[in-house]
Amino acid sequence: MNTNELKELSEKIVEEGKAFKKKVCVCCGAGCLSSGSEAVLESMKQTIKDKGLESTVQVIPSGCMGPCNQGPLVKILPEETIYEKLDGDAVEALVDDHIVKDTPQEDKLLFSEYRDKPFVDSREDPFFKRQKRIVLENCGRINPESIEDYIGVNGYQALAYALHRSSPEHIIGEIKLSRLRGRGGAGYPTGFKWETVYRHVADQKYVVCNADEGDPGAFMDRSILEGDPHRVLEGMILAGYAIGATQGYAYIRGEYPAAIKRFEEALKQARKKGFLGRSIMGSDFSFDVEIRIGAGAFVCGEETALLASIEGKRGTPRPRPPYPAESGLWGKPTLINNVETFANIAPIVISGGTAFGEVGTPKSAGTKVFALAGKVQISGLIEVPMGTNLRDIIFEIGGGIPGGHKFKAAQTGGPSGGCIPEQHLDHPVDYESLQELGSIMGSGGLIVMDETSDMVDVARYFMEFCVDESCGKCIPCRVGTKQMFDLLTKIYEGRATDIDLATLEQLAHVVKDTSLCGLGMSAPNPLLSTLRFFKEDYIQHLKDSALANV
Amino acid sequence: MPDKITISINGTEIKTEEGKSILSVCKENDIHIPVMCHFPGLTDVGACRLCLCEVKGYNKLLPACTTLVAENMEIQTHTEKLKEYRRVIVEMFFSERNHMCSICVANTNCELQDMATEVGMQHVRFPFLNQECAVDASHPKYVIDHNRCIMCTRCVRVCSEVEGAHNWDVKNRGYNARVISDFDQPWGESETCTSCGKCLNVCPTGALWAKGSVQGKLDKFPEKITDLIEKRGIH
Amino acid sequence: MTQAVADKKGGDVKADPRLKLINAAIKKNKSQPDALIQVLHVAQNMYGYLPMDVVRHITHALRLPPSRVYGVITFYHFFNLNKQGDHTCMVCTGTACYVKGAQAVLDAIADRFGIRPGEVTADESLGLQTARCLGACGLAPAVVIDDRVLGKVAPEQMEKELTF
Repeated sequence: MNTNELKELSEKIVEEGKAFKKKVCVCCGAGCLSSGSEAVLESMKQTIKDKGLESTVQVIPSGCMGPCNQGPLVKILPEETIYEKLDGDAVEALVDDHIVKDTPQEDKLLFSEYRDKPFVDSREDPFFKRQKRIVLENCGRINPESIEDYIGVNGYQALAYALHRSSPEHIIGEIKLSRLRGRGGAGYPTGFKWETVYRHVADQKYVVCNADEGDPGAFMDRSILEGDPHRVLEGMILAGYAIGATQGYAYIRGEYPAAIKRFEEALKQARKKGFLGRSIMGSDFSFDVEIRIGAGAFVCGEETALLASIEGKRGTPRPRPPYPAESGLWGKPTLINNVETFANIAPIVISGGTAFGEVGTPKSAGTKVFALAGKVQISGLIEVPMGTNLRDIIFEIGGGIPGGHKFKAAQTGGPSGGCIPEQHLDHPVDYESLQELGSIMGSGGLIVMDETSDMVDVARYFMEFCVDESCGKCIPCRVGTKQMFDLLTKIYEGRATDIDLATLEQLAHVVKDTSLCGLGMSAPNPLLSTLRFFKEDYIQHLKDSALANV
Repeated sequence: MPDKITISINGTEIKTEEGKSILSVCKENDIHIPVMCHFPGLTDVGACRLCLCEVKGYNKLLPACTTLVAENMEIQTHTEKLKEYRRVIVEMFFSERNHMCSICVANTNCELQDMATEVGMQHVRFPFLNQECAVDASHPKYVIDHNRCIMCTRCVRVCSEVEGAHNWDVKNRGYNARVISDFDQPWGESETCTSCGKCLNVCPTGALWAKGSVQGKLDKFPEKITDLIEKRGIH
Repeated sequence: MTQAVADKKGGDVKADPRLKLINAAIKKNKSQPDALIQVLHVAQNMYGYLPMDVVRHITHALRLPPSRVYGVITFYHFFNLNKQGDHTCMVCTGTACYVKGAQAVLDAIADRFGIRPGEVTADESLGLQTARCLGACGLAPAVVIDDRVLGKVAPEQMEKELTF
């Protein structure tokens, strides 16, 4: 397929879409699927058929729409009405009311239990109003298993532009202009990374997509892969073109079978259409992608461990430098970016780096997808401009703390991050501000805790995770995390003294400074941040032990 | 010819060549850096963290064994912070398994013991993890005592890189990691072990030894392995 | 080697379609040692765990040192060297589930069935596992029984759900 053919196909698909008066998207994200959306989809298709509406109403399965605990969800376009908690039996009445009679079913509208007057146009609801969707713009609106749907929303236009009207240098220039930073956690400037790999001369280079999303409480990457796999793939192909690679690998977590299946399907479709393989879109650029399935090791999210795992080895990290950009897979220059980073590439190429950089803060451009969960009224997947503050995310988008409880902490960055207290909720969220607070942006897990959470227990929970996931290669992480876990348990169980607390703190600093990889270096973060902001919880436990010893 | 470069170590200017590790430059200039997992000629893994150095411009500490020198690099090898960290790391080694020197075959001929003296470790502040580890004496000539193992993986590397047998590897992860023979079988049943004894000579502690060794009289010849590696031109 | 595997299974190689599929996966990867993890995935899918005979076969076919293969298998939580129960119950212990009471669910299962994570009941009917976040945080606490995902589970619900 060349550029003209793509343009024609895209126009044809848009034209065909116009023939339908309405588009019904049934959410088939993992959350909705587990609450029974498959039955809703079947019933919806059947009802539309039975009522002879097939020529005017299109029914598709879609990716995640966001409010995961309200599922199964159905969105009706173009009016953007979302219905919640449906089952197969409710479908017929819904079709009758909303589509045939054109009167929305108020009691089934999204968030009808929380809003005095739920919104017919979901975009008006506070949950969506504060969001800005770039990465997720197609999620929940197209059929992720159809490449035509993706092409219909300007899919692969960025690739066509890059191959025929641009150059690798220009693409890298645009990425640099956009000030996009790695969405995997550390926030390294993407454009600079691309440029480094581009500059290394080698007979073979690789592009790797890190989809080993292991933070407990994070499901952004899974939702993107499930909801818009072609967007990620297009980003990878663009990266291959820009840095001069011919082979890519997508390392996907084994726990995500649906994401693996959809990405595999996307690869097949893209090969068939000539977006992947030899002489892509009639150019002299060739590139292909293989999937590698992870096998359950958090440390494989660390880039050098991930590379070892792709090579079929134990996923143990190695010291950097040399960085993968210089010596990665099989010793060749390798570009590693995370799913969300790749999903940002096509929009940057299409709208230009400068325009992209207008969203967000001066140091952190664009948006960030968060998985909002825990003790918050509305949990799910959200995308907000960088710089949005946590209070807005938790109280406006998330609707606050349920059950009359009081907010206590927001945990970002999973086991590598920290807990942010009430007094810092007004900080704009970007890489730097979270780091100042002793946490990290991480991949985007955001867990809300209320006053019933004991922060010593929370620190212990994350430390246990790190003990379990430590690869065992370097001594500070292997022994240090276990020692810290034992000390935390001692404190938690009321058997500790001030000396234990001091030892714990010292250990935390040693492990942070001397561990080999990011897992070990950041393992003390939840401990250090809870010690910083919630020391009273620790002191209470120490008091308990003092009393017990009287 | 590699490019000549100038670096500074602990404030002293040193002329050297590109492509060398910080550790080897230090050795050539009689600057002693403690090491545990490093063994001359074997691939470096940077696991023991004792050779960590401060390098100007890097916000994290870098291992001397795997970091290559570069023009104008400014390196500090013995700051107070590094000394303290080394002491704590050695304490961690001692707390992990059983390192009671008085009842160890390697007593007085043990790199871990020497290391404790070198870094000035007085006592271990952390509770001992008291892991119960196996002693495998199934091999006709040799014994592996996992209680004394510090997971430096020198044996794994010498067996694979020098002997080419790859009897040893590591199983599990975290503090449950152990050195294994073949499919985690008794050493005596290994199909790959050639009984060459190289692993015994590179082991820094009393984890690997020949049967009949007397406590405190253990003989090890690491220099023989180094010699062999040099003569064969491995690396 | 292949023959040895077949003998222990009590039939010839061609009769065990599972081994054929494993061999196909090995062939597809041109017997490259890099393919180890991918081949192990195929084998575990076939057998539900990794029988040692099959592991030996793969080791031999990929020309890898045995200790390296064993090291890889035991490094990754996904791989199992022991036979699993007829049914599997996987409790998510991700942060969101933890905050919303995954431990109580685990305790309830331990109370009723006497198994802890990683264990199988004496009659081999049920195996209990934990997962480090299934990514279904909106449904916390989440449990997967065989292929069925249950959201917002209550501890007292487990007995009923796990009676087959």
